[in-house]
Order: sequence, then C-alpha cells, then structure tokens
Amino acid sequence: MSVDQATVRRIARLARIRISDNEVPKLEGELNRILDWIELLNEVDTDAVEPMTSVVETSMRQREDKVSDGGYPDRVTGNAPASDDNFFMVPKVVE
Amino acid sequence: MSDLTRLTIAEARDALAKKEFSAVDLTDAYLAAMEVHRDLNAYIIETPEKAREMAKASDERIASGKAGTLEGIPLGIKDLFATEGVHTQACSHILDGFKPAYESTVTSNLWRDGAVMLGKLNMDEFAMGSSNETSYYGPVKNPWKAKGDNKDLVPGGSSGGSAAAVAAHICAGATATDTGGSIRQPAAFTGTVGIKPTYGRCSRWGIVAFASSLDQAGPIARDVRDAAILLKSMASVDEKDTTSVDIPVPDYEAAIGKSVKGMKIGVPAEYRVDGMPEEIERLWQQGIAWLKDAGAEIVDISLPHTKYALPAYYIVAPAEASSNLARYDGVRYGLRIPGEDIVSMYENTRAEGFGKEVQRRIMIGTYVLSAGYYDAYYVKAQKVRTLIKRDFETVFAEGVDAILTPATPSAAFGVADQDMASDPVKMYLNDIFTVTVNMAGLPGIAVPAGLNDAGLPLGLQLIGKPFDEATLFQLSNVIEQQAGKFSAFD
Repeated sequence: MSVDQATVRRIARLARIRISDNEVPKLEGELNRILDWIELLNEVDTDAVEPMTSVVETSMRQREDKVSDGGYPDRVTGNAPASDDNFFMVPKVVE
Repeated sequence: MSDLTRLTIAEARDALAKKEFSAVDLTDAYLAAMEVHRDLNAYIIETPEKAREMAKASDERIASGKAGTLEGIPLGIKDLFATEGVHTQACSHILDGFKPAYESTVTSNLWRDGAVMLGKLNMDEFAMGSSNETSYYGPVKNPWKAKGDNKDLVPGGSSGGSAAAVAAHICAGATATDTGGSIRQPAAFTGTVGIKPTYGRCSRWGIVAFASSLDQAGPIARDVRDAAILLKSMASVDEKDTTSVDIPVPDYEAAIGKSVKGMKIGVPAEYRVDGMPEEIERLWQQGIAWLKDAGAEIVDISLPHTKYALPAYYIVAPAEASSNLARYDGVRYGLRIPGEDIVSMYENTRAEGFGKEVQRRIMIGTYVLSAGYYDAYYVKAQKVRTLIKRDFETVFAEGVDAILTPATPSAAFGVADQDMASDPVKMYLNDIFTVTVNMAGLPGIAVPAGLNDAGLPLGLQLIGKPFDEATLFQLSNVIEQQAGKFSAFD
C-alpha cells in the first residue's frame, strides 16, 4: 500500500500537524519509503497467530477505587501557556 | 579527567565511605569537568546549585552513618525523566519551558539512595532517533574520534547525551531509556555499558512516553559493576505504573565474578546479516571464544522471525507514539502557537513544536491506525510480535541461558552523515540487533568488547530471560574482564 498526496494531507490533518504545500511531495516520498519497507511483513503467515496484547505474562493489578492524589489545581495548571483561576484557557470553541 | 572523576561508582562509593574525600569534593570535580567538556553538548542544562546542595546533604548522611547505596554519587539524568522544578522537555521545542511539579519514580529511587543530580542530558527528540541529531538542542559529539581523523562522530541515540557524558567522565553514571535500542546502541558507540532491563522492571511513571509497550528505563555506566549498582536502585514495583512488576529486585552486584561454567549461550544464525562489516563478525567470534574459554557451552540457535522485528517495530512504535504525543496540543503545557480557531492552534503548535522526525513518526502512526488500515498494519505487526517473542521462548525452553549477538551493525558514524540523512530507513537499521529485545520485552545489555581498526569502540549484546538481568551482569563481566576497559581519552 502506498500513500498519495491527498492521503498525506489527510493524515496531517488527522494528526493535527500543519504542513505546507511544498512539504507534501517530500513527505509522500518518505512515508512511501517506510511503508514499502514495512510490506516485508506480508511474507509472514499470521493466520493462526494471536496479536500480542501484553509483552509480560501478567494480570493487571487492581486497586481500590478511591482518590489517591490531587487537590492542587494550581500545580496542575502551573505549566499552561494560558490559564485563569485554575482553568486552562483556549480560544473560543462555541459561537 | 581528574583523579576523582576517573573513579567508578563502586570505587567512589568505597572511598566516600572511608571519608577519603567528601561528596561535595566529588560533585565539584564533576561540575568542573562538565565545564571543560561543554563542547560535547551532552548536558542541555546543568544544575550546579542543586548538585552541591544534594552533595552537602550526602556528606551529612555519611557523617551520621545513614548513607544510602548511592550516597554522594553524581549522576546525569536524561531529559526524558521528569525532575521536579527542573527543565524536562524530552529535548523537544513543544515542551518549551516545562518544569514538572513531580519527580519520576526512577529518579526518586536514585535520590532516595543518596545520588546527586548534575543536570539534564541531551537526547533525540522524544527518544526518536539513533544519532542524537533530532534533538531541539542540537547534536551531541561523541568523545571518541577515529585515529588520525578529527571528524565529529555521533554518540548514537536516543540516549546520546547519557552515553557521551559517561564516556567523557562528566558524570559517574547516567539514566537512559530504551524503546528500540536507545540505551544499548549509544553505549556501544561510546565504549560504555548499557542495560535495558525486562519490560516492567523499572517504573515508567514520570518518564515522557514514546511507545508505552516498549519503553524501559535503564542505566549507562562505565563498567558492568556500576550498571548493576545503578539498576538495583532504579528498579522497583510502583503503584503508579500498573505494568511495573512485583518481583523482588535482586542484588545484581552479587552476580559479578560468579563462574559462568556450564551456562548455555545461544548464537543466532539470523543475526549474521547481509553486508555486515567483517570487524563486527570478528568481534562476535571473539566474544564467543571468551565465553567458551570461561566454560560456557556455545550452541547455534535460530530466531527465524528476526528480520521482521524492525519493520514490525516501525508500525507498533509510531502507532503508540502518535497516540501518546496527541497530548501536546498547546493547551496544558509547553509551546502554544496561536491560530484563527482552536484546530489551527493545535496544527500550528504541533507543526512548530515537533521536529521533522517526530512529525514523520506521528504521521506513520496516524496512518497505520486510521480506519481501514488498522488490521493490515497494527494487528499484523502485533501478530508478528507474538512470533518474535515465541522464537525467544522456544530457545530458552531448550535450556539456553542467554544469547550473544553484536550490539550494532557498525561503529559510530559521522555527525550529519549524508547517507543516513537521505533515507530514514538507513538510520532505522542501526537498531537491527537491539529492537527484537524490546519487541519481546526481554532484558539486553551492551558491553564494550573491543576497538575497530579506526580505534573506535564496538559492543556485544547479551539477551537474557525475563527478569534474569543477574545472568547478563555475570556474563558481560566475563567479556569485560577479557576485553579490558576502553577510554576515549587514552
């Protein structure tokens, strides 16, 4: 499978990365180089194989469902580019 | 290199206990050495005040008989680890100005045991790279140079700053992380020892996430014993990382010097790849001979799915990365580039904040996870991963104790290498011998085993059974004893 320029633009949009028109052909070439190489996996017969879900044989530990941390919104918002009164500030999203 | 910075962690620990010098003396010696070697660009931020304060506290604990196992030992910390109130940006512009309000579990463990922080170390952006050239802060220079050639070489990556700093004696040891080879490849390129422990051995909490099913922390150190001492402190089970495993951390140092007689060492046919330089083959044969001389039994083994590990990795790792890096949107931390609406703010921020390699991997990951392609790519890669793991399980079940391979397909290459820059896949091939280990979640250690004709260090890799890091320390010590130690400054 390979990507065309329209697909490159669609992926960039999905990934929320702005790309300029002159970057598109270069990205198309690079992504196809990588995708061509990945095609090697088609040689492997995986019909009767389960996909890996966990690399270490272990069952997920569980804990009691209670609050174990928090109560300091000022520290949580402390690194935000814009915050006000312990809220993250973003451009207007509703009209 | 001063008399104090020459010492290994084990030597400095013993001398500090005997009060031959103070922890402040030792830290000052490293801070002075860091200044001398700033041209390497290994540190992106130095924290001398914090270091002296921590060293002073160490001296007080030593005086009152309360010294920890790493009391007064000055370490460098990869920029991927969250350090409270101190620059933590994964060497990316998108985390511009980020200073976490919390400390990673691994570094907390090191400070609990008395270690001293010298500063934060350079790395490939978000740990994506094999040459440390994707860092927002510029490349790191390898302290090694080829004989009769003044050209700057890369220290490998992504833990390039960690490896260069250890090799240059501007820290006693360093933290690092490994997703596809990011501890072992730079260790091999700089003549240092690096171990990626079993997945789950160290907590990932507070480490900036790249590919969560592959990422593991580990140390880079000047010798096998120091790596064992550091891993003992770094490893722990942690409530804040449910993938960390509740198995007691053994005393790895105790394994060093034990006989390897009768151990079964597998040599996999599939690691003899096309176009492998003769010097790598020679090094591998030398390693086999050393282990045989020490009484180990060498057996030929087959790991048939080896060649599929790297392409499968380049589906799994970018897929997980595209998801993990979705959080960098200019809202909660770091860089924000305004736009006409919120979506264009996201797009502008991510275009400006992420470097080219990171963008490329996010896009690959986004594509392989997108509707209609998920089964063909991601599920396929996870199935191949099952087969890669099964290859290892089969040979371990047949009685193999560990596997010996080369660590890298070459010695360190030049900064701004045109061949690598023109083809992303060429750069990815650096991890051909190390990536299988991450895909199977196993422990792997890189140990310096010799110099090539150009006088550059080469490393061998030992791969172990899950949670059997002790055997890797035991075996790599045999190689270290036979090969001797290598210094960039001799």
